[in-house]
Amino acid sequence: MFGKLTAHAFKHDALQTGAGVSMVLGALFIAGLLTYHKRWKWLWSEWITSLDPKKIGVMYIIVTFVMLLKGISDAILMRLQQMVAVDGAGGFLTSDHYQQIFTAHGATMIFFVGMGVVFGMMNLIIPLQIGARDVAYPFLNSIGFWLFTSAAVLLLVSLVIGDFNATGWLAYTPLSGLEFNPGEGVDYWIWILQIAGVGSLISGINFLVTIVRMRCPGMTFFKMPLFTWSALGTLILIIFAFPILTATLGLLSLDRYLEMRLFTSGFGGNQMMYINLIWAWGHPEVYILVLPAFGIFSEVVATFSEKRLFGYVSMVWAIIAITFFSFIVWLHHFFTMGASPKVNAFFGIMTMFIAVPTGVKVFNWLFTMCKGRIHFATPMLWFLGFLATFSIGGMAGVLMSLPPVDFQVHNSLFLVAHFHSVIIGGVLFGFFSGATYWFPKITGFKLNEKLGRYAFWCWLIGFLTAFLPLYILGLMGATRRLDHYEIATGWHPLFTIAAVGAAIISCGIAFQILQIIVSIKQRHQNRDTTGDPWNGRTLEWSTSSPPPFYNFAILPHVAERDPFWAMKQKGEKRQPKEYKPIHMPKNSSIGFFIGLFSLIFGFAITWHMMALAAIGILGVIVSLICRISEKETDYYVPVSEIAQIEKKQ
Amino acid sequence: MTENTLLHEEDPHQEAYTKNIFGFWVYLMTDCILFGVLFATYAVLYKNTFGGPSSKEIYDLPFVLKETLILLSSSFTCGLGMLAAHSGKKKQVIAWFALTFLLGVSFLVLELGEFSKLIQEGNGWKRSGFLSSYFTLVGTHGLHISVGLFWMVVFMIQTAYKGISLVTLRRLTCLSLFWHFLDVVWIFIFTLVYLLGATL
Repeated sequence: MFGKLTAHAFKHDALQTGAGVSMVLGALFIAGLLTYHKRWKWLWSEWITSLDPKKIGVMYIIVTFVMLLKGISDAILMRLQQMVAVDGAGGFLTSDHYQQIFTAHGATMIFFVGMGVVFGMMNLIIPLQIGARDVAYPFLNSIGFWLFTSAAVLLLVSLVIGDFNATGWLAYTPLSGLEFNPGEGVDYWIWILQIAGVGSLISGINFLVTIVRMRCPGMTFFKMPLFTWSALGTLILIIFAFPILTATLGLLSLDRYLEMRLFTSGFGGNQMMYINLIWAWGHPEVYILVLPAFGIFSEVVATFSEKRLFGYVSMVWAIIAITFFSFIVWLHHFFTMGASPKVNAFFGIMTMFIAVPTGVKVFNWLFTMCKGRIHFATPMLWFLGFLATFSIGGMAGVLMSLPPVDFQVHNSLFLVAHFHSVIIGGVLFGFFSGATYWFPKITGFKLNEKLGRYAFWCWLIGFLTAFLPLYILGLMGATRRLDHYEIATGWHPLFTIAAVGAAIISCGIAFQILQIIVSIKQRHQNRDTTGDPWNGRTLEWSTSSPPPFYNFAILPHVAERDPFWAMKQKGEKRQPKEYKPIHMPKNSSIGFFIGLFSLIFGFAITWHMMALAAIGILGVIVSLICRISEKETDYYVPVSEIAQIEKKQ
Repeated sequence: MTENTLLHEEDPHQEAYTKNIFGFWVYLMTDCILFGVLFATYAVLYKNTFGGPSSKEIYDLPFVLKETLILLSSSFTCGLGMLAAHSGKKKQVIAWFALTFLLGVSFLVLELGEFSKLIQEGNGWKRSGFLSSYFTLVGTHGLHISVGLFWMVVFMIQTAYKGISLVTLRRLTCLSLFWHFLDVVWIFIFTLVYLLGATL
């Protein structure tokens, strides 16, 4: 009945136990708070069952932030280990635990921080920016979110019950095969990614249809704001890439559960097949993460320079080019694995080529600032920090696109430094910039500027201190995923500096948490009453902050790019016109139950509890049938209610 | 209700209809990529017989032709069911989809028979990389067929109770798209796996 699950799965070393206990205590504390303030019903009816993309977006950001804290704790543990584990001193982590930590760090940051940020921002902003009242499929949106969350919970469960994957975040075969890793770790990894991946695919289809079919009248493709454009690029990538992930994980699980011979070393399996497939998803994934950040920066730089974005059309074509080329560069992740020189040369050239549209974007941002009236608010600071760190990381990437150079630095810390430069400098800074920029729109009050600046400087300085030494270490020959080394290598001072960098970044995070707390306390001073706190240019600023649940009482009509800016220039005001009843979806709890049953399924199948796994699957199916049997899934908001809400603003 | 009155009402369900069909097409394209991966895996592994049987030795073309004809006729009856749905004839819809269901089940029974024969002869998926990829590709198609059959039952019951409205019509349309899509995938399996495999 319990499959492979035994009491042994609950035994951990002190550090793991501590993490598990504090996590459980944290969850109990939150549950206690909710009970004390009698907020369970509110949580259920206002949030968990909500189909409002703005609320789902906020929930995405909250889950993402929790996972960011987890991923950063992993990072700090690794930095400390590499600082102390010199010359015979084993450090405080066993090598098996260390391997789990670097695997969990990668999986957490890409799947739950990166993807969470992407879908969180899309939920919050896309409908507002295209002048729509909702997404195309509000119910699928809820399913996508709850699948994402249940996968995140499964990842946290793996901290407490059993071991996590120890094969690196992409679980290369044959190491991740049954022969070398028969334990539950790889299975956890497979089902966490599978559930999160299916959630991303569902949300991807939802937002693609939203952008293609629900733009307000007059907003042609070439009048769409750039964040929407970059999201569209990302969504196309998701739709092409995530099925590859689903299939690849499926194939790996067939190898592990049914003893198939697809990726085994014997019996006619082919391990390189796995590595090709996983990177055929993995490389587009990189652009899935970074494109929305490019979009955010394009909005921020235009707003805070009080200027129309330079080279809109070339920006759009750059996004399209990146979308296309990101599918023909995947092999650069394994130049050293025996492809012929011609193949390596092709992928090397393509990799260099994809840097061109990215360069176009950087120059367009610079030209936007040129002769603009620049306001150095926090979102703009994040943007400037991004320009520096991303350029460093981007150039390191172009360097590695040369196969001969890649042979020298493959699997070294140089590579680690490169992708952290582009992911922290690009994705994370982009998110921080966008979060600060759109915070007043969603909550109705601005974030504290001063603490935001402190956080920014800690992050920027901490980032440079932590990762510039890694470039040097990589050139000195330090490989990634090291849990100890000899002092004679001369690496110790640089590893120590990197650990200091991680500490500075932690201060940045502390300032961000403080910033949120202080801003909530001072919310009355920083209230945004106009709906347009930054002198914005796009439609989301034309509605109140926070927007009513239907976003726009009267759907806007758009005649040009930066439509709200044009309205302000012409002195047009929102005139109350004749309202019409608005068609909106009703709340639904079924998305939540689908997530819950998927969690049960994922946990059960990881531990080979087949009966429970069947219950999980059955639960999902029954939930879906309940949904399609529901009679009234939507309703009309009456005119009187709209008039009342609009009067208040 | 005829097709015209159904599709030209001024109503948000109308918008939902076209939007959902479009979204379902997008979903089908993602499924198409999933099958693409499986075809690619098969193409890479199909020479890796590891001392086991090659494709030539295990494929039985007349048998596969039977399967193919059954599946193709199920697509035809599914199309007739949709014609009936568009002209609002509930009983005909259920009859045609019931026939489609029977054909789908017989296809599945034949396929499972083929699988169990292979396994009994000692040529299961554990035998070689080639057989693993073969079972995965053809089995995934079979799994899709089973899912389609399941929803066919659910939608037939729903249509029987609720009659043909924009909502049930939309669901039947998606189901029929799914069914035709699986037929197209099967054509590729028939050509690339069986025909090529039995001759090369």
